[in-house]
Amino acid sequence: MIERFDPLRGERLQILNDAGEARADLDPGLPALTLRRIYSDLVLTRTADIKAFNLQRQGRLGTYASSRGHEGVQVGLASAMVKDDWFFPYFRDLGAYVTLGFPLRNFFLYWMGNEEGMRIPESLRVFTIAIPVGSQILHAVGAGLASNLRKLHRAVLCTFGDGATSEGDFHEGLNAAGVFKTPNVFLCVNNQWAISMPRKRQTASATIAQKAVAYGFPGVQVDGNDVLAVFVAVKEAMEKARTGGGPTLIEAFTYRLADHTTADDATRYRSKADVAEWEKRDPIERFRLYLKAKGFWTEEFEKEVREKSAAAVEKAVEEAEGVPAPALDEIFAYTFKELPPGLAGQLAEAKGAHRGGGR
Amino acid sequence: MTMAQAINQALAKEIERDSSVVILGEDIGLNGGVFRATEGLFDKFGPERVIDTPLAESAIIGMSLGMAAFGLRPVAEIQFMGFIYPALNQIISHVARIRNRSRGRYTAPLTIRTPYGAGVRALEHHSESTEALFCQIPGLTVVVPSTPYDAKGLLLASIRSDDPVIFLEPTRLYRAEKQEVPEEGYIVPLRQAQVVQEGTDVTLIAWGAMMDVLKRTAEFAQSSGTSVELLDLKTLCPLDRETILASVRKTGRAVIVHEAPRTCGLGAELAALISEHALLNLEAPVLRVTAPDITVPLAKSEEKYYPQPAQVMQAVDRVMRF
Repeated sequence: MIERFDPLRGERLQILNDAGEARADLDPGLPALTLRRIYSDLVLTRTADIKAFNLQRQGRLGTYASSRGHEGVQVGLASAMVKDDWFFPYFRDLGAYVTLGFPLRNFFLYWMGNEEGMRIPESLRVFTIAIPVGSQILHAVGAGLASNLRKLHRAVLCTFGDGATSEGDFHEGLNAAGVFKTPNVFLCVNNQWAISMPRKRQTASATIAQKAVAYGFPGVQVDGNDVLAVFVAVKEAMEKARTGGGPTLIEAFTYRLADHTTADDATRYRSKADVAEWEKRDPIERFRLYLKAKGFWTEEFEKEVREKSAAAVEKAVEEAEGVPAPALDEIFAYTFKELPPGLAGQLAEAKGAHRGGGR
Repeated sequence: MTMAQAINQALAKEIERDSSVVILGEDIGLNGGVFRATEGLFDKFGPERVIDTPLAESAIIGMSLGMAAFGLRPVAEIQFMGFIYPALNQIISHVARIRNRSRGRYTAPLTIRTPYGAGVRALEHHSESTEALFCQIPGLTVVVPSTPYDAKGLLLASIRSDDPVIFLEPTRLYRAEKQEVPEEGYIVPLRQAQVVQEGTDVTLIAWGAMMDVLKRTAEFAQSSGTSVELLDLKTLCPLDRETILASVRKTGRAVIVHEAPRTCGLGAELAALISEHALLNLEAPVLRVTAPDITVPLAKSEEKYYPQPAQVMQAVDRVMRF
């Protein structure tokens, strides 16, 4: 499927159009249970995202990078993964976390400023959030190389934004992946904005997908607001990776509906009309229309999904707000495997200062 | 054997002993490394344990971190310290802090080997000595051997460490001195400084290639009747505070020697440590003999840059006369 859509000819994989109508020849024909699960994850992602944004505005959560508009990419990519696959996220991947079963409590905890939130459950093959743009691409390639060396046949998925493709680590990572034929899938979430810079100021290439050609492996552009297109492309690329077929670059073409983070004001650099245009292409609504056409969506189902999402989010926030700030021992504990004597002295010093009222 | 041979032997021993150890870097395989530190390892262990990478330092370190997440124990070579800077983002932003960020789920048991320091009349960027940059980064252990014996034992300890280690190999010492080195594997412990020559009047503190300068200074000092104690730090960070302070408390005088520029060099940290904890034992100010705060000169003027025994001797005389 991937090879059928040539980015050099401006071709893009789309299964669901804006009206949610599926191309019959491309529809993966997922069972009702799976489709409904995907829809629940989309709604849960949106619900948690709005909650995080509101908590930030209320001063209960720190600076937050909203996923609004990216739910289709995020839930789609994670739905295409199997248990043994590895995921190296960037910092705007809420839907992938939700779908993979990362505890929502941890998600809120992390953005509230507590490292405990990044304590990833052992059962999940998920790496930590990477904030320095594009730097995680190399970790994913190293993991892929290790999978080859150890003959583990694991596929490794890595996400990053369009801005990351300007970074040296993007080039170094994809270049090395091509050389070592690693089992990597590179998923560029092209939301067309890196803070205030539009995509065309990041690269003169017509697409990001076509960059793969120069690294010696296939690239494909998919409609990022089309969950099914993302699902199908990622599934195929991951299977290829697992079976020794080497890396793939997938560019998911979407739009950042929110500001870059809660500390940003996008009205300074882009038009409201542009945003409104993309609001109409909402990935969740598009998928809902598809479900409805299939007869898998009802008002009752909608109500149930919304109530469950709201309850899960409320519970997670309550739990996260109940977690105390890390104690001094905790913030010193993970610098080295064992606390060196000099650092133990600094810990004692800090404890003394805090006992004396130093806050 | 030379230090280069001792390092080669340590790598071979550890690749053989621990199936999770892989080495990677530029020109380390077929070519055996530009200093021949990895000579023969590719033939012996093959391309799955000895990995020639593309010419990309950030990739070497970033990939090593990802490999560590998959249970490997990578030993990465950066060809020269002057070329490590593209990898600083990976080292500082990820390698040093992945344990903390993940609350211990992921760690970085990496060893990053790199030749460093002046004295081999190399091109620009091949004589850097920027160890203090790394000492400022919480989570990193910075190690420098000064003898073939220590190079082997410290490297084995570094590879076995579950924390990331920056392992700096003094370029000047790769082939400067031969020493009997045991055939079997052994550990020289990390985070332990060593008094390599006992004395009573003044403690001279250094590491790496500057230990040779201290030894030559000690000969001058002896002839002028001054008893110097020589301290080899071996691990620059975290510091072995106890050994340093015990020596200075005994002698009452300290001279710190490094080939890095003076400002914010490790000497500043050592002087502060001594003044904070041993002020009342001091008979004289703590002095530093260092390179000046200038760019390392090219080959023709190299000797004017890094400390020579005569300069160290002047500092010894100053603290003795104070």
